[in-house]
Amino acid sequence: MTDLTKTPRDAASAEPMVKAEGVHKSYGLVEVLKGIDLEVRQSEVFCLVGPSGSGKSTFLRCINHLEKINGGRLWVDGELVGYRQKGDRLHELKDREVALKRRDIGMVFQRFNLFPHMTAVENVMEAPVQVKRENKAAARERSMALLERVGLADKAGNYPSQLSGGQQQRVAIARALAMKPKLMLFDEPTSALDPELVGEVLDVMRGLAEEGMTMIVVTHEMGFAREVGDALVFMDGGVVVESGNPREVLTNPQHARTRAFLSKVL
Amino acid sequence: MNPSEKGVVTPVRPEPIKAVPVRHPGRWAGAIIILVLAAMLVHALIFNPAFQWDVVRQTMQDDTIIHGIGVTLELTVLSMLMGVVGGVILAVMRLSPNPLLSGTAWFYIWIFRGTPVLVQLVFWNFLGAIWENLSIGIPFGPEFWSESTNKLIPTFTAALLGLGLNEAAYMAEIVRGGIQSVDEGQTEAAHALGMSRTATLRRIVLPQAMRVIVPPTGNETISMLKTTSLVQVISLSELFTAGHDIYSRTYQTIPVLVAISIYYLLMTSILTVGQYYIERYYARGANRTLPPTPFQRLRSLFAGRPAPKTGHDVVPGLEGGGHV
Repeated sequence: MTDLTKTPRDAASAEPMVKAEGVHKSYGLVEVLKGIDLEVRQSEVFCLVGPSGSGKSTFLRCINHLEKINGGRLWVDGELVGYRQKGDRLHELKDREVALKRRDIGMVFQRFNLFPHMTAVENVMEAPVQVKRENKAAARERSMALLERVGLADKAGNYPSQLSGGQQQRVAIARALAMKPKLMLFDEPTSALDPELVGEVLDVMRGLAEEGMTMIVVTHEMGFAREVGDALVFMDGGVVVESGNPREVLTNPQHARTRAFLSKVL
Repeated sequence: MNPSEKGVVTPVRPEPIKAVPVRHPGRWAGAIIILVLAAMLVHALIFNPAFQWDVVRQTMQDDTIIHGIGVTLELTVLSMLMGVVGGVILAVMRLSPNPLLSGTAWFYIWIFRGTPVLVQLVFWNFLGAIWENLSIGIPFGPEFWSESTNKLIPTFTAALLGLGLNEAAYMAEIVRGGIQSVDEGQTEAAHALGMSRTATLRRIVLPQAMRVIVPPTGNETISMLKTTSLVQVISLSELFTAGHDIYSRTYQTIPVLVAISIYYLLMTSILTVGQYYIERYYARGANRTLPPTPFQRLRSLFAGRPAPKTGHDVVPGLEGGGHV
């Protein structure tokens, strides 16, 4: 893989999409994140890799406040996550305010988490109708277009149980896109898939990246990270061990821990 | 030898195997024994004069009995309605992160599940003996409105309160079990989409919890239908009390009890069928294909072909149910 496979992006909007400063998270006495510092720029595909238990999924879930951080600061698009700053004091946000901010952040889960009692198209139109009070017919039309885009227009009337894993994950991506997010979070989107189904999901994600969507991807797909990623962070034991351009980190890792991990997964 | 090896164009079907099937002499013997026992039972029922079938028939046509059926049904439906609505509210309170709400719900369930429903019925009926008047006003201050308790809570209302509030406590635990059976990933996905706690509960969690909630609720409804007979202690004339009044007058206890039991059985049968269809409705999405309805099964039996395997596009009986 060479740099030629990547389309260049307009790199520097001044404001980073996500900024973390010394983010800590612990469950009781177990410290899962021990001070994470990083920046995700606009339109960047940002890959988080590392062994399981390294805290990468936890960090991802902190970004849309599914997990509450215990220390440090975390900003999305210039705004604090989960808190409001008044003077030098932080005030917790109300559930309603948190929900309002989550509208702009799409999330795709390892186990799809489609709503099993709704058809594919109902899954996609649920949030626009319920959260944004969009007109039902218009939302359905837009949802059909999104399903078309992930190649599943003919499966619109199917329930999730009637779809393959790869198809379910593509519906889940369409569902997240229906809220027109400015940031997409992917939590090991292909880890629960049969090997021959991984490609179809990565293709959809590649398409999104080409359109300039800002994406944070927790993944074990090093091929995808190398080919599509703009930045890569290797995490282990709740800290960032190494970061940089994915092609450099993956081919020439500087730290022993990174090398040990990569020798197992590559 | 093999025709296909010789390149014969028309395929020859192999001769079907003609084997002697395994005999089941035990089944035949068992069937005969059961038939004889059933015949004995029917004979005993019909020809034992104690049953007095003419009195049974007469009782079943009695006006007070017919009226009693109406009251029983009314009580069952209304108290189950109170039970389900109250149960959902209590379950949500119980699961709330707010300690005030969950504590209140816990206390309610503790009281109403922990005392006999018979006692609760009597309590509501004799509320007037404890507090003669009920009033609205400033706590420990002046009253704006006051009414006699007995006028406010007639016997039927007392019965409804006793049965409904008690049922709510049981339903709360059933609903809580249903809510907790839904995968946590569902709540997370809904929250990640920006849905509020209420919308998540109403649109995502409860519809899925229904699959777990409906079967025990059907059970509760059937149980309630018969529990309504307890209101005899406060002399509300539903089906059982109507029967009781008749046999305490005529001393024809057995035929009257048989008559009302036939009605109870009839009503529970109807409820069972209803429950089947409700369960089937909430199974959508959970099963790839829905099982055929009894009616479809019956039809296919006469048509002589297997019951329809419903494909993913057509779910019979649900065509209007939110398909594209």
